[in-house]
Amino acid sequence: MTGLLDYFRSTPRNSASLAKERLQIIVAHERGVRQRGPDYLPKLQQELLAVVRKYVHVEDTDIRVSMENEDGCEVLELNISLPENNA
Amino acid sequence: MSRVIVVTSGKGGVGKTTTSAAFSTGLALRGYKTVVIDFDVGLRNLDLIMGCERRVVYDFVNVVKQESNLNQALIKDKRVENLFVLPASQTRDKDALTQEGVGHVIAELKQNFDYIVCDSPAGIEHGAQMAMYYADEALVVTNPEVSSVRDSDRIIGLLASKTWRAEKNEDPVQEHLLITRYAPERVDTGDMLSADDIQEILAIPFLGAIPESDSVLQASNAGIPITLDESSNAGQAYHDIVARFLGEDRQQRFLTAEKKGLIARLFGG
Repeated sequence: MTGLLDYFRSTPRNSASLAKERLQIIVAHERGVRQRGPDYLPKLQQELLAVVRKYVHVEDTDIRVSMENEDGCEVLELNISLPENNA
Repeated sequence: MSRVIVVTSGKGGVGKTTTSAAFSTGLALRGYKTVVIDFDVGLRNLDLIMGCERRVVYDFVNVVKQESNLNQALIKDKRVENLFVLPASQTRDKDALTQEGVGHVIAELKQNFDYIVCDSPAGIEHGAQMAMYYADEALVVTNPEVSSVRDSDRIIGLLASKTWRAEKNEDPVQEHLLITRYAPERVDTGDMLSADDIQEILAIPFLGAIPESDSVLQASNAGIPITLDESSNAGQAYHDIVARFLGEDRQQRFLTAEKKGLIARLFGG
């Protein structure tokens, strides 16, 4: 019966379903950006790298800073891979 | 135990102040001692919607800055017992509110009131963050329209990070979705996001929908909270929302179009 009703409706695709689809995409994207951690993380990473470089030479890609939420506890994880012969 | 409730949305013009006035009036009508605070410093409007604009002497900023005491600034509603309004300042700028100052005022209000309703300004800046900071619960007011839904999602993100509860690792702010200006006939024709769609996207518990209604404008014209107009659909919808908020089981109304034509009925639309 609804099929018959749809037949009489002029618009083939209604605007509400288009709105929902667009919202699902943008909201998922924006949540992803938020969950990557606080705004200061990139700057923190740069400054830490500068300190470490005073003592050992490390590449930009050798340092990783991330914020994770484990059981309601926020964990700041800092990972620095040192070169093999760091003498 | 008193509860602090923020009425927030991100986007402007979706019905935060109308909701703050209607919701706090509904709580007071049920016997709870309730105060509603206007956080929109510089653009005060709650006083107009509540119909007490000519009785403002001292305001929220005066109290925060200790230029007056709370009792001097609180306006007692003349129609509803147990209902008080704390108006915003019209002349100061929004940075007049400090986290510490607001905290003192809320702590003092908690000694005397069951519910403290905070009417947030639009946006995600200082004023909006002050309004949500001490909240225990949040009414996220959303219109069935793309920009409002997106902004609500942003506000939900802030409730989870920029509040006292988030910072102190307390239980999170309890969020409630409240959809305003809902037009079930337009949902039926596929031209408006449905309450189900919005719930699915925002993923917070649904408190109810307020139908689009001429009586909301008429009530604001007269300075009467819409909850006092029990003949209107919107007024009844707010009463339902207050009841559900207080834990009563009330079936959803106003989610489907009222009258259907013969053709629509025949075809099961």
